[in-house]
Amino acid sequence: MKLKLTTLALSALMAAGPAMADLVFPSLSYRTGPYAAGGIPFADGYADYFTLLNERDGGIGGVMTNLIECETGYNTEKGVECYESTKGEGALVYQPLSTGITYQLIPKVTADGIPMHTMGYGRTSAANGEVFSNVFNYPANYWNGASGVVNYLLELNDGDIKGKKLALVYHNSAYGKEPIRTLEELAEKHGFELSLLPVDHPGQEQKSQWLQIRRERPDYVTMWGWGVMNQVAIQEAANIRFPMENFIGVWWSGAEHDVMSAGDAANGYKALTFHNVGRDFPVFHHIQKYVVDTGKAAGAGDQIGTVLYNRGMYAAMLAAEAVKTAQAIHGTADIDASMMRDGMEALEMNEAKMTDLGMPNFGPTFNVSCENHGGPGLVGVTQWDAGSQTWSMISDFKATDGDVIGALVSEDSGAYATENKITPNCG
Amino acid sequence: MPDQFLFATEVFINGLMSGVLYALVALGFVLIYKASGIFNYAQGVMALFAAMTLVGIMDGQVPFSHIINSVFGTNVHHFGWHVPAMLAILLTAGVMVLFAWLVQRLVMRHLVGQEPIILFMATIGLAYFLEGVSDLMWGSEIKKLDIGLPQGGSFWIEDMTAGLGSDNFYGFFIDNLDMVATVVAALLVTGLVLFSQYTKQGRAMRAVADDHQAALSVGISLNFIWVLVWSVAGFVALVAGIMWGTKSGVQFSLSLIALKALPVLMLGGFTSIPGAIVGGLIIGVGEKMFEFAIGPLVGGATENWFAYVLALLFLVFRPQGLFGEKIIERV
Repeated sequence: MKLKLTTLALSALMAAGPAMADLVFPSLSYRTGPYAAGGIPFADGYADYFTLLNERDGGIGGVMTNLIECETGYNTEKGVECYESTKGEGALVYQPLSTGITYQLIPKVTADGIPMHTMGYGRTSAANGEVFSNVFNYPANYWNGASGVVNYLLELNDGDIKGKKLALVYHNSAYGKEPIRTLEELAEKHGFELSLLPVDHPGQEQKSQWLQIRRERPDYVTMWGWGVMNQVAIQEAANIRFPMENFIGVWWSGAEHDVMSAGDAANGYKALTFHNVGRDFPVFHHIQKYVVDTGKAAGAGDQIGTVLYNRGMYAAMLAAEAVKTAQAIHGTADIDASMMRDGMEALEMNEAKMTDLGMPNFGPTFNVSCENHGGPGLVGVTQWDAGSQTWSMISDFKATDGDVIGALVSEDSGAYATENKITPNCG
Repeated sequence: MPDQFLFATEVFINGLMSGVLYALVALGFVLIYKASGIFNYAQGVMALFAAMTLVGIMDGQVPFSHIINSVFGTNVHHFGWHVPAMLAILLTAGVMVLFAWLVQRLVMRHLVGQEPIILFMATIGLAYFLEGVSDLMWGSEIKKLDIGLPQGGSFWIEDMTAGLGSDNFYGFFIDNLDMVATVVAALLVTGLVLFSQYTKQGRAMRAVADDHQAALSVGISLNFIWVLVWSVAGFVALVAGIMWGTKSGVQFSLSLIALKALPVLMLGGFTSIPGAIVGGLIIGVGEKMFEFAIGPLVGGATENWFAYVLALLFLVFRPQGLFGEKIIERV
């Protein structure tokens, strides 16, 4: 009798078809520590989008998603530990949200055959897919950001910024130093004067830098900051009455919490972006209905529509679209990490696709290829309105200087390939 | 006057103001070290906790709301009232007294007579515990702290001094908040000196600082004095938290202001209140002037490391710091 029951149960299981594993997305988040204010909304957006897909669509291609969150505290060692402890769970793609962790994971993900997506951060020259086979940084990287600032200034000045002064206030770390080389090249090309003002971690004290800005009176200031450095810089700029409309931060210096503590004084401050802002998109109604109202949101649901929530959700959407591409390429819904890599490399984002997803004009349209893991590098500009406490896009996603950036990417990735004995290959 | 001289003067004055802000943090360390020989690693986190509590009380935020909501399925975040700044400061000071009592009752009392390194380790644990509690209690988001303190450069000083140099000189930039911090620091130090000189509790505190065995023998309660000292240090942390929190918003990086106090302590000595002030001023001026004069030649960002170099130089010639008590151990 016992044998008969076991046989019956096994037959029923076999008849149900092959069991599918979940699509696993590790989330290397930081909800604690000095950078939690930026880490929480991103992690919430990333998690809520996958929850939406499960609740509304029954997963992706019929396979449920499974988000594994691991707290890094924005600490590189903890980030590596998170990677090691989750990679065996069938991880499809990593998004470490930290340039420090990214640098440590590049050789690891390459050896393990797992793709990594570093959207708007990480190693910029990873855009060269011939060298960095498993690393993707579409739709934009730091060097696109640097060029985006200069292009925007060119636009404001009828194409001529010769003799203008631009000051870069930057976090004195690998992250903050990323745009320097590009800005130096662009300064030479367009004839503007560049001054560099490093700020040591964490950036709580910036009196010297802003007194220097007050003395030297640059026409524009751009900032590569993160965490408390952003809030202090915006407050100090307001203190010396630097015109906010001439102050442009990179996308990691342009969230609500960066400007709120300066109050009305932050009005007019600008920041770059590679995705849209606000909550006026149909996808947010779905998140509210299927995720927040059902009590399944990662947070309290009060971050929806904020800059970093949108960015986390956008990252999840791009990952989900890469899964769909991989499923189509390989003819199976149950994909592994190497198939995911193929999906990311063949990803096409167009307006029709984004509109279908309830995110019309949410990000730039782009195609990824083996040669170009970074996309076209289109960059937009947003501006803060302290009265309504909202960011709004004041410039569409526009092309950056491919000539300057392309040469720098080739040079840096070539050096990495030589150092690590990698033969560039897109065969 | 040549502009370069005026710019240097401006940097010098701003260095003094920054030094006052560093000294405010260092004062808390000195108070506890002087009275109990404990280097309180948690002083920076106490400033964070105090500032978060102040904003939480002012905004009528429900403490531990995330836990309450997830356990009881409720959705409460605010009481719906706004507490005036002065009342909120008083209530926060009360919370810091309660915190001091708990520290004494639950931690320090059990460690009496232990090696200083054990007590130091206990404060490291306390720092991380308090950081976690702050997060659970008030959340991790950045909060604006506005108790009505003025911010931005003083127009009056700018206008008064604009004529001193050429057209390239705008007049001195002095931050209004820094001036308020200077006045507050002066009042705080005066208050602390008066308290320790002219009150019974203050004298008892000094007695314990000089020789706690002797103090015990004349009937001074060590437990009470430690609660008192931690309470005063908590109040100093609250003042530091208000000043720094107004500048940058109240957020977790606030606990890192302790890093700014370390060179001040090395220079001024761990046992001297005037030392903390003078040390803060020397560090503030030293790092700002070095950045002004040498920074551009070496790529900038010299302030953090130069403060420690300056402190180390003083240490080499005067290990106990400028005003610290010389330690003589007879065998």
